[in-house]
Order: sequence, then C-alpha cells, then structure tokens
Amino acid sequence: MFNLFRIVENRRYYFILSLLVILPGVLAMIYNVITLPTHTPWRLSVDFLPGNRFEVKFTQPVSEDQIRSVFQSFGITNPAITRLGDPAENIWQVRTVFIEGERAQEIRDALAKVAPLDANSTQIQSVSPAVASQVTQAAIIAVVVATVAILLFIWWSFRKADHAFRYSICAIAALIHDILIAAGITAIFSALFNWEIDALFLTAMLTVLGFSIQDTIVVYDRIRENLTRRRGESFESIVTRSLLETLNRSLTTSLINIIVLTALLLFGGASIKQFVAVLLIGMISGTYSSIFVAVPLVVAWFERDLWGTKQRVPQAAIAGK
Amino acid sequence: MRQNTFIRLLITLLLLVVSAYIVLPTPKPDFVKNLVFWQEVRGRDLQIKQGLDLKGGLQVLLASNLPGGAQPTPEQMESARRIIEDRVNGLGVAEPIIQQQGEDRILVELPGVTDRNLAIDLIKQTGQLEFVDAGFNPLPEGTLISTTYSLYGGLLFPNTLPTGKPIDESLHAGNQVYKTAFTGDILESATPGLDSLGRNVVNFTIKPQFQEDFRRYTGEKLNQAMCIVLDQRVISCPTIRAVLSADGSISGNFTRDGANNLALVLSYGSLPVPLTIETTRDIGATLGADSIRRSLVAGAIALIGMIVFMITRYRLPGVLSAFTLVFFMLVSLALFVLIPVTLTLPGIAGFLLSVATAVDANVLIFERFREELRGGRTMRAAVEAAFQRAWPSIRDSNISTLITCAILFVFGNTFGASAVRGFAITLSLGIIVSLFSSMFVTRTLMRITFSEQAETIEARRAVLLGV
Repeated sequence: MFNLFRIVENRRYYFILSLLVILPGVLAMIYNVITLPTHTPWRLSVDFLPGNRFEVKFTQPVSEDQIRSVFQSFGITNPAITRLGDPAENIWQVRTVFIEGERAQEIRDALAKVAPLDANSTQIQSVSPAVASQVTQAAIIAVVVATVAILLFIWWSFRKADHAFRYSICAIAALIHDILIAAGITAIFSALFNWEIDALFLTAMLTVLGFSIQDTIVVYDRIRENLTRRRGESFESIVTRSLLETLNRSLTTSLINIIVLTALLLFGGASIKQFVAVLLIGMISGTYSSIFVAVPLVVAWFERDLWGTKQRVPQAAIAGK
Repeated sequence: MRQNTFIRLLITLLLLVVSAYIVLPTPKPDFVKNLVFWQEVRGRDLQIKQGLDLKGGLQVLLASNLPGGAQPTPEQMESARRIIEDRVNGLGVAEPIIQQQGEDRILVELPGVTDRNLAIDLIKQTGQLEFVDAGFNPLPEGTLISTTYSLYGGLLFPNTLPTGKPIDESLHAGNQVYKTAFTGDILESATPGLDSLGRNVVNFTIKPQFQEDFRRYTGEKLNQAMCIVLDQRVISCPTIRAVLSADGSISGNFTRDGANNLALVLSYGSLPVPLTIETTRDIGATLGADSIRRSLVAGAIALIGMIVFMITRYRLPGVLSAFTLVFFMLVSLALFVLIPVTLTLPGIAGFLLSVATAVDANVLIFERFREELRGGRTMRAAVEAAFQRAWPSIRDSNISTLITCAILFVFGNTFGASAVRGFAITLSLGIIVSLFSSMFVTRTLMRITFSEQAETIEARRAVLLGV
C-alpha cells in the first residue's frame, strides 16, 4: 500500500513526478531553440534584442496593412505587428529592427497621420545591441554567483553535520529543479501563447532561486536539530520525522504565498502578470522540491541508493555514523 | 509586566506611531521635513517617491563615446553625471534621477516628461566642448567643422594618429580639419556679467593646472580667433585680445540671454566624456496610474487574505500577528520615505514578497509554539522555547534571501535595469524589518499576552489557541 507520508522510502515516485513536469518544459525549450529565429529557449523581448518596440493606441480603427505600409515607407521590411487587447481599443504593438531615436520619432509622426494617436498610451522603446549583450552576460554571472554563494552558505551553516557538502549539493539540485520547472513552463507558454521574457523574468528566476533555498533551509534546519537531539534514531527516520514536523509550516507558508501572488496575479497591474505567474510556479515548485527532492536526495546519497529500491541496510549502521 | 517587557512595548508603540505619522498623508510642518537632512533639499517632502513606471515619463540611457572606444575613468564619469544633474535641475523637472550605471553609462529618468526632444536637447547641450584654433579667419557661428579632437582624440597640435601614422592633412583638402587647442575641462567656471561699458560678457576662470598652457597658447596666438565649438558646431568665435592665464572674459554683441546661455554651455557643456543616447523609453502616465490603483487593490486584498488566514489557523496568536503585520508594513513604508527608496512596480512586488516572508517568520514561531504546548510545556515556557527554536530557521532562510538580494542589486546596477534593483532594495529592506518585527514585536506581544492572561487563556485553550 502506498503511504503518502513515507516520503523518503517512496522517493522514486516523487522523482518521477518531478521529471514528468520538467521534461515537457525542457522539450519546449529545445523546440523553441530550433524554431525561433533567435534560437533561444524563450521568445526574447526587446530587453534582450537590439530593436524597437512601438506600442501605439489609435483613436480610430486602422488596419494592419496601413501600419505595415508606414513602416515599409521607412525601409523597414518585416515589422512584427500584433493587436493588443480588445479590437475596439485600437492598440497595436510593432516590433522592428533597431531604429535611431530621431527616425523612430518620425515613424511615430507618420503613424499619427494614418489616424490620430492617443499620446498617453503610446510608447516607443529601443535597446541597442550593446545593452542587450550586457544583459545576458550579467544574468549568467548573477545566476552562477548566487548559486555558488548559497552553496558556500549552506556548507558553512551545516559545518557541524556529517558531510555538510552533501546537503549543499542537494539544495542546489533542488534549486536547479525549481529553475528548470519555472523556466520550462515559461518556455511552454512562450511556444503556445507567445510569451516574451524580459528583464523581469530574470528577477523572477533569481527570486525563485532565493525562495527555493529558503524553503530547503527550513527543512534542513530541523534535520540538523533532530540529529543532535535524537542520537539513537536511524538517519532515515530522523529525516522523515523532520519532514513531517516542518510539513505544517511548509504548507501554511506556501498557502500564504499563494494568497499574496494570486492577489497580485488577479488584481495587480498587467505589466507584472507574467512575472507573478512565473514566481507562483517557482514558489510552488520550491515548496515541493524542499520536501520531495532535496531531502530525499540527501538520504539517497547517504544510503547510496537513488531510487530507494535497494535491500534496506541495517539501520544501526547508518545511525552509528 | 516585567520592566524589560514594558520598555519593549514602549519602543514598539513609539516606532508604530512615528512610522504612521510619516506614512499617513497628513500635512507636515517644514521643520519636520528638514529633519531628514540627508535627503536633497528639493525632495524633502516626506512622500513616497514614485518611479517612472508608476508616474510616467522619459528614461534616457547615455553611454560614453570616447574616441577610439577608450574607457572613461570613474572621476570623469562622476563629474559627467554631476554636470547632467545640474543641467536637468536647470530644466526644472521634479525629482529626476541621474545615476551612473556600470562603468560607462548614465541613466537619466525624468518623471512627468513626455517630450522626447527634451532628451535630445539634454544630450546636445551637454556635448563635447572644444576650443579650436581658427587662425586669423574667425568662423561664422553655426558652422559645422572637423577638429583634431573629434577625429583623432588628440589635443594641442597632434601630428600623428594614435596608430603612429603621421596625419596627412591633404586627405581633407577643401574640408579643413581645425586644431583643437583645449577641451572644455580646462574651465573652472563661467558666469554672465557686464564689462565697464555695460556690455554683456561672459567671465571665465581657468583651472590652476591649465593656466600655464593657456598663458602660453594665448601669447602665441594673440589677435587670432579661438572658436568655442560644441559637438563640432561653432557657437562663438572670439578673438584673443590679451595674454590670459587665470581668468578672462568673452565679449561680443551678446544679448543678456545670449551671454547667459553661453555661460551655461561653458559651465555645464564642458563634459569630461562625450556621451551618446543609447536608449530612450517613453512610459505612458495613464498606464502608470492604472498600475498604482491595481497594485494597491491587490495589496489590500492580499493583506486581508493573509490576516484572515492567520487568525483562522492560529487564533489568538494570529490576532497578534495581524498587529505585527501592520507594524511591519508601516515601518517598511516609513523607511522607504526616509531613505528614500523610489517605488517601482517590481519594487512593490518585492515589498509584497517581503510581507510573505514576515508572515512566514510568524508561522515558524507559532508552529513551534503549538509543538511546545503539545509537548506539555507551560504557556510562558512554550513562548520562550518557540522563539529560541524558530530562530535558526528564520535567520538562515533570511540570510539566503539577503544574499540573493545583494546579487540582484549588483546585477541590476550593472546594466541599468533600475527595475531589478528596485525589487532587490525593497525585498532586502523588508526582510530586515521582518526580522525585527517577528523577533522583537511578536515576541513582546506574546510575552505580555501569555504571562498576563495565562489563566484566562488556559481556560479557553481550545478556542483561543486551537490546541
């Protein structure tokens, strides 16, 4: 009989569940790399690409062809034109290659001749290639530095436990798990609903990273405490006890975070919806991974048995370490 | 109540009242505003500063464009930043932000400004200033010329290219290259004034380290023209009438405004580094107003949801945590006002996440408290044990989030993503305040409640504690 609370013994089922969520995301990333013109795992926004983004609100209905012909008259042959929001609102988004500031202004003036523009809801963004490459570089450096810093911090804070390094590595594994899930689901949405990732996506990823570690540390901390208080018990039993003891807190905190993020998602500004959605996915994954990935992995490492299917080692042998 | 606990309660209430006074939109007398002496005089209004995405406006990213792609020194960038700040302040924009980003960029945010031309004016007026040798033929104002500095980055009669090749002036036959004598950074100051005949002039002083060069040059070139050139365009072409070293004056047929403007260009236009506009972003104000309203609603709903949840789950301690939460929010917002932190949309998101962290600390404590009660401790002992045991978890998890915040902050600073930086600032401040509000405020409230009213609570334990 499958017992839900035997988390550590049944770890293979939870690992399989994680893989089932991660795999489609990874496939979506690969699919995007192949199909997108930028060959990136996600559709990139203007934050990462050299180019311009026009968001224009006309006060009268206009057709896509009218907008296209304005851009073509400036020699921009393949602008990506999409309608935003309700058709009655006449809001359009146009993505183009990089355009000098003054010429962009001329295009805007030319668009205003097609139909009067609502100046308050019209914006032009541009990013030159120099910024774009710096963004990507800084992002990669930030992720690597953050991961190493957290790895060292956990190693240090568990320095009194046996094999503190294993806790560190498993926390990082859980972290990669959460990043993969959040990034993978974003890739799926990127392929299905044309989601574009911007600088906020990186903020979301780094926040997911922080909260993943925060959850894992709370569970680890209980293991650390129980290891000193219950010297006679087997390692696996101490771990299971710690998981169950912190389960209430994990679920409560997770629920509260879900309340906060759902409120933001439903009622917050449109510009942060995607950001909040990624955070929500990452946060749920973070709670899951601290219980069902990080800790079972630590046990798997100590028992040298990833799937928990080996003949049980006499428990005293582990407890007596 | 023990004396220690009483003092803690007083501190809590004092902080609460002061923060509420700062945050609530009541009119405040000037002497109160002037208490925040570390803020700039112009912005001392004790109001939460709204970022560009909330308020609408223009964001301009300027990048250094030294000849040959050379890297500017930190001093050069800092003085360029200060000059642009002066210029922007001269434009009369309220609460502008002028920050250095990375090693060679300057971010300018002009809230409430929607005119893109203003950004272009800004860069034009802060262009590269040169003093150019025009020989005996003064150039008409407005002439576009090539100079040795703009072409080769060289000063004072360079005869060779940076690559070592000699300059072949015949390459520019019919399109003369003028020799740059000095750049704008030799000037100490420039002010409009009147000469003895009551004509408008511009008085200037030369920085001490350049006075000897300037004296030698004006001696050699007496009665020749020295054009003042901004971004390769002649703005005035006075003739050297005397050997000058420390100071001098420029006369011409200036109107009063003309002399004023020339003085402005000479003082603020003398950028140590040439800059180009890298990106500009217009952010619509209506978009912003809508975002504020929506985020406030979202925040209120989230707060009510959390409080209802906490009270349903933890009963009496849940009520205490509602007080702690209000304390936490008021103190955080007061800090945003005092520091000051400019609030952006991601900043609000960071703040709300720090609220969740503050609640999490209370959850950790209350869960421990229940465990200790179930374990058979007395209430008073359970309160102390709960805080003691919950502390390592709270400490370690918050430190890890602070590490992430520090990395986000650096990351946001590096490429001018003020949004990312705003998120890191509000989240990290929130985490520090949440540590205080859970370990100090919640503890004080729990101690008072569970030592003063221990018997009453014990009698209705099932209802008040749910244990």
